[in-house]
Parts: sequence; C-alpha cells; structure tokens
Amino acid sequence: MRIQVDKERCVGAGMCALTAPDVFTQDDDGFSEVLPGRAETTGEPTLVKEAVRACPVGAVSVTQD
Amino acid sequence: MTQSTTRPTPRDDRAPHHRPCALPQDRGCPYHPPAAYAPLRDAGPLSRVTLFDGREIWVVTGHTLARELLTDPRLSSDRQRPDFPAPTERFSRVNQRRVALLGFDDPEHNAQRRMLIPSFSLKRIAALRPRIQETVDGLLDAMERHGSPAELVGAFALPVPSMVICALLGVPYADHDFFEERSRRLLRGPAVADVERARNELEAYLGELIDRKRTDPGDGLLDELIHRDAPGGPPDRDQLIAFAVILLVAGHETTANMISLGTFTLLNHPEQLAALRAGDTTTATAVEELLRFLSIADGMLRVATEDIEVAGSTVRAGDGVAFSTSLINRDGDAFTAPETLDWERSSRHHLAFGFGVHQCLGQNLARAELDIALRTLFERLPGLRLAAPAEEIPFKPGDTIQGMLELPVTW
Repeated sequence: MRIQVDKERCVGAGMCALTAPDVFTQDDDGFSEVLPGRAETTGEPTLVKEAVRACPVGAVSVTQD
Repeated sequence: MTQSTTRPTPRDDRAPHHRPCALPQDRGCPYHPPAAYAPLRDAGPLSRVTLFDGREIWVVTGHTLARELLTDPRLSSDRQRPDFPAPTERFSRVNQRRVALLGFDDPEHNAQRRMLIPSFSLKRIAALRPRIQETVDGLLDAMERHGSPAELVGAFALPVPSMVICALLGVPYADHDFFEERSRRLLRGPAVADVERARNELEAYLGELIDRKRTDPGDGLLDELIHRDAPGGPPDRDQLIAFAVILLVAGHETTANMISLGTFTLLNHPEQLAALRAGDTTTATAVEELLRFLSIADGMLRVATEDIEVAGSTVRAGDGVAFSTSLINRDGDAFTAPETLDWERSSRHHLAFGFGVHQCLGQNLARAELDIALRTLFERLPGLRLAAPAEEIPFKPGDTIQGMLELPVTW
C-alpha cells in the first residue's frame, strides 16, 4: 500500500499532520507531505485511515501498489 | 368609530401549510442549539427553513451529507451571485463587496488561500506558542493585580486573540479599541449603515497601515505579503486590505467567543472541569470536544449553481443551502450521545471549522490559543466561578457568531 498527498489539492489545513504526526508533516510552505520512509505501508494503520477521513479536500489517499 | 378593523389577522400556527422553521434563531442556552431546531433534527439530514425575508432554503443537519455537500463544487460561496441567501437584513445589503477567501469560489479562492497558507502552517503556529503564552500570562497577571471579581470577556477572552492576531499580522495593538469596535459592528450591525461604516473605517485604517509598511517594514504577515518575492509578485493594495480585514476580524472574534463560551460551559459542567483539572484528559482534547459541542459559527451558507440530486431531494440551481453546524456536530450517527460534553469521545471529525476548500485557515492558531488560554486560566485561578447566576449572563443573538456578551467571574 502507498500513502500519498496530492499537494495541488492540499489547502494547508494540517489535519493529516495533526491526526497522524508520525506519517505526515508539512513542508516549509505549509503544504502536507508524507514523512521520508513512511509512504510504503502494509495494511492501513488506524491513524492513517483517520487522516484520510479528516482531510477536508480528499488530498490524502492510500492506494494499492 | 373603531380602528380595530385595520389590525392584521393573527397568524394561525395550526394551519396545515405553515412555513418551515425559521433560521437563524437565538439559542435558549448559549451552549445548546436552539430548541426550536428540534423538528429539523427529526426530519433527516436535509430540510427546508425560512429566512428573515421569507425566502425558503435548504438546511443540512446530517454529518455525512454535510461532508458530501461542503466538498461539492456545485455549491458556490460567491456572495455576488444574485441568488446567494442572506441570513439577515444587514447581510443582504453588504453582499456587493466580497469578503476575501470566504466570498470566492475556486480558482480565485485557491489563489488567495495559497498566498496565506505558509503563514498558518503547524510549524509557524508552534513557533508562536511562547508569544501566546506570554500574552495569556500578562493578562492573567493584570487580572490578579486588579483583583476579583472581573469581567472575563473584556479582561481576557477578547484581548488574548486580539493581541495574538495583531502580532501575527503586524498591526499595532495600541489601536485595538478602534478595530475591535469596528469588527463588532461589522459582524453585528445592528443597522446596515453600521456595517458599511465599520467596514469603510476598517479598510481606510488598514490601507494607511499598509502604505506605511511599504516604506517602513515590520515583521508581520502583512509585511511578508507586501515585500513578497514570489512568482506573480505581491498582492495589490485592495487585495492586501481585503486579506487584512478578514484575518483581523476572523482572527479575534471567533476565538474570543470560544474562550468566553468555553469557560462558561466548563463552569457549568463541574464534573468535566474536575476531570480536566485532574489531568484525566489533555486540554487539547477538551478543546476539540468544546469546538464540537459549542459550534459557534452556526449556519454557513451556499447557493447551488446546478441541480443536485441528494438525500432523496433535488436541490435546484439557484437554491440556497445552509449548514447548521450545531446540529451537524450533534448528529447521533457521527457522535455517540451527542448532547453530552465528553472528553473520552473522539470528536476530531466535528465540522466546527467547516469542511472542503473553505475549511478554516486559522484553525491551528485557534487550537493553540484555546489550549494555552483555557489551560492557563484554570491553572492560575483554581477557584474561578461565575459571579452571577448563569441564566442571567447575557450572550449573543443567533444571527452572529455565538459567544458570551459578558462573563462576570470571581475567584
């Protein structure tokens, strides 16, 4: 599974970084991104699932490789 | 000779085709949705309501439907659209000038927001925390020096966010009486002329401030925007003024109301307050639940630009749609026992900050301010209590952001 943030869609609410700070962060401009080394995952951790739900614009996704 | 024949016939409330529930209405208790909204909750996620001018629009009260519709690009925030619904008389007359961010759709909205996003990142807010703490400490020092009792809105709830947003924007706090008064009239009127005059005065003041900053830069967000070295260059003067107005007004009115109403609510929930003081929960968790429970910005508005088939109904192009945040955040399908203030629940999916592309840009600043303000207030003044009977303390009418008008306290 691969965790992704669509930066074009991101509106800088910070919900993903707030919900799952071990997986998401914000770059210097305030747009969200996946922390280095955290994009690949087996299964979908609960907090990541919550972060997907929390994003107000659907910019966070978890997809099959 | 009698004049009684000129009297209007009393309206028959028992008539079968009576008008739907009026929106907005005043709350009976400042932290609960108006009791008169009960039929809306029972009617499912989408109902009809009547605005002050008699117009009927839709109201969304279900959490799932609200998430769906707040991300639907067929619902517009553009207040210049002729069909855009007006919640009050004063609002209907000031539609001609659009509020930055809130009053625009993408792509214009997105272009505006992207200029401001860097200033509200989690890192930037974290860096502001010491300054927020200093502000809160200073105000509590002053309250202690002055001694009990105190009026908490004026002494604490309003100055905390007001000082913080001034520091963030680079607006001199010395002028706070001026812009707090204009902000209050901008949001509450009461007359249309009050709103228009307040806006003109605020714009003139901020325009002069921006002009001064061009030659004498400071270190706030406005200075950053003015001297911005980015593709497309800095925003023009009118754009800068529009940003300054919305950030200044949204930045202190909303958080001030959350501090005053949050404190009032905690003092009326001794068990929950005791648990918070005992450290059974973090203030950050309590703040999230208070945001859900209080839903101070109740009644976001949109207009449909196309027909939308939803929840078994058709919202037609041109129809107005309101989102009752107070009911959405008490939807039993999204929150168990929603009427209870409960630190144990997961409340982060509340829609107190909205949802979709317009979700509050300053939400993490608000979280930091509320966390620091409420935690420090109850730590420093452990004996804090109301100085008047709860039911006698005045709060704001239903047609504006909810909060306390006054909050007499003692300790």
